[in-house]
Amino acid sequence: MANVSIRNIRKSFGPVAIIKGVNVDIEDGEFVILVGPSGCGKSTLLRMIAGLEDITDGEIRIGPRVVNDVPPKDRDIAMVFQSYALYPHMTVAENMAFSLKLKGASQAEQKKRIQDAASSLGLLPLLDRYPRQLSGGQRQRVAMGRAIVRDPQVFLFDEPLSNLDAKLRVQMRTEIKELHQRLKTTTVYVTHDQIEAMTMADKIVVMHDGIVEQIGAPLDLYDRPANLFVAGFIGSPAMNFLDGTLEEGGLRLPSGALLPLDRRPPLQAGAKATYGVRPEHLEIVAAGTAGTIPATVAVVEPTGSDTTVIVKAEGGNLTVVVRDRVSLKPSDPVGLKPMARQTHLFDEHGQRVADA
Amino acid sequence: MTLSLKVAIAAMVGSLVPGIAVAMLLARGRFFGRQFLDAVVHLPLILPPVVVGYLLLLTFGRRAPVGAFLAEHFGIVFAFRWTGAALACAVMGFPLLVRAVRLSVEAVDRRLEQAGETLGAGPVWVFFLVTLPLILPGILAGMVLSFARAMGEFGATITFVSNIPGETQTLPTAIYTFTQVPGGEGGALRLTLVSIVLSLMALWGSELFARRLQRRLAA
Repeated sequence: MANVSIRNIRKSFGPVAIIKGVNVDIEDGEFVILVGPSGCGKSTLLRMIAGLEDITDGEIRIGPRVVNDVPPKDRDIAMVFQSYALYPHMTVAENMAFSLKLKGASQAEQKKRIQDAASSLGLLPLLDRYPRQLSGGQRQRVAMGRAIVRDPQVFLFDEPLSNLDAKLRVQMRTEIKELHQRLKTTTVYVTHDQIEAMTMADKIVVMHDGIVEQIGAPLDLYDRPANLFVAGFIGSPAMNFLDGTLEEGGLRLPSGALLPLDRRPPLQAGAKATYGVRPEHLEIVAAGTAGTIPATVAVVEPTGSDTTVIVKAEGGNLTVVVRDRVSLKPSDPVGLKPMARQTHLFDEHGQRVADA
Repeated sequence: MTLSLKVAIAAMVGSLVPGIAVAMLLARGRFFGRQFLDAVVHLPLILPPVVVGYLLLLTFGRRAPVGAFLAEHFGIVFAFRWTGAALACAVMGFPLLVRAVRLSVEAVDRRLEQAGETLGAGPVWVFFLVTLPLILPGILAGMVLSFARAMGEFGATITFVSNIPGETQTLPTAIYTFTQVPGGEGGALRLTLVSIVLSLMALWGSELFARRLQRRLAA
């Protein structure tokens, strides 16, 4: 096991800069997830850790060793690909034995390590099958087994669950997390799915356009997003945003409503700001109540455990999630009351305003 | 007939390793002169075979620079020997072999090779453990094409090594000889049949083998 240190990493393909100076510290044994929309550079960064992409500038260390010029085979990593990248001409057992054979492990040791990994992944009955005879979930397990057998310093996962159906994805999420808790091997995991990131990670690195927007524990990012991008990216349904102007006593919306702020933001009165509130932090109250956002109900979507209500307000649709049963109908007028201390304020540059 | 087989097999086997190497180079290499190499490899496909044979004579003839050098230092003589016929066939079949292998190299999922690297395999191991097994069907197809080309090769062979019975006379040149003499139709017809049977056998054999490989490689 090892820590991974990423220092001022840059990557350009010709004149196009993909990664523009990224710093991440990954502790020994940590499960770190790189998350961001497609094209943000997260997969490229992972491939640079693996040694599959050259490093344009900066330094990557695995443990104490700078690995910039170390070929992938000597980095002591194992990567699980989105496409699984299993060898079609080898059986499950042969696929898993690949790294052991290269290491020159004895037959007995190979057999033991494969048995161990296969039994922990439920692959024992499949060892003599070929990849084409397996389902997507089984292939994914074989790819993980092949990585586990290598017993690397660092596991690298590149969107490993993207090709699975929704139900299997949830199940594999739990399995991967369990696996990490058992092996405690440092893991770097790339996904575009913020729910995967929230549920699995010890630490999330939110990337966007080749830079790191924020690094933190899942709930830190959820409760205290550093900027509008992170606020909008983390959480589903996404956070509601309302643009307005700061005044003594609150934020004035273009509609004229005044939203009270529970703390005085360190911003000048008259400054433009964006008010953010998560769907579960809006209360639906009677229309016309002071200090609320006037809106009308557009769509009601019950999921059973909670109900998502989409309302039309000035400036666009807002989403509200309520846990209780509601009897709302489309075009009912309502007022939306943000819960105190559960709101976020961002300045005109999109940066979080300290404790808004 | 056995001579023709010997020539064709020698041509096929001899061009195999360089053919795979050139195909890898063309499919993966990013180097100055790649286009030029590509053009040179494909030349025998578009040039008249007689021209190729004449060029070979100019290069590998006994008094030609390369030919003289090889004869003097290694005792290898191509001119007017069956080895020369094999060389001519190999050169003519080379573009077909390279094309087939190259296509299959380009079809290989690079992530399979990258996975190999992350699992501790260097480039050489990756080639032998991953790439080579995956491109076997392409290699096989290339070998069949090259073999078929060699069995049918006429122009370059007759120009380079002539048509010496028992030494350089292959099936096509023998058929040609039969048709040139009165009453040779019987012999020509017999050899034609032999030629058809041999080619069909090669085709079926490879087809069978290829199907088995494909089944194994199907993802």
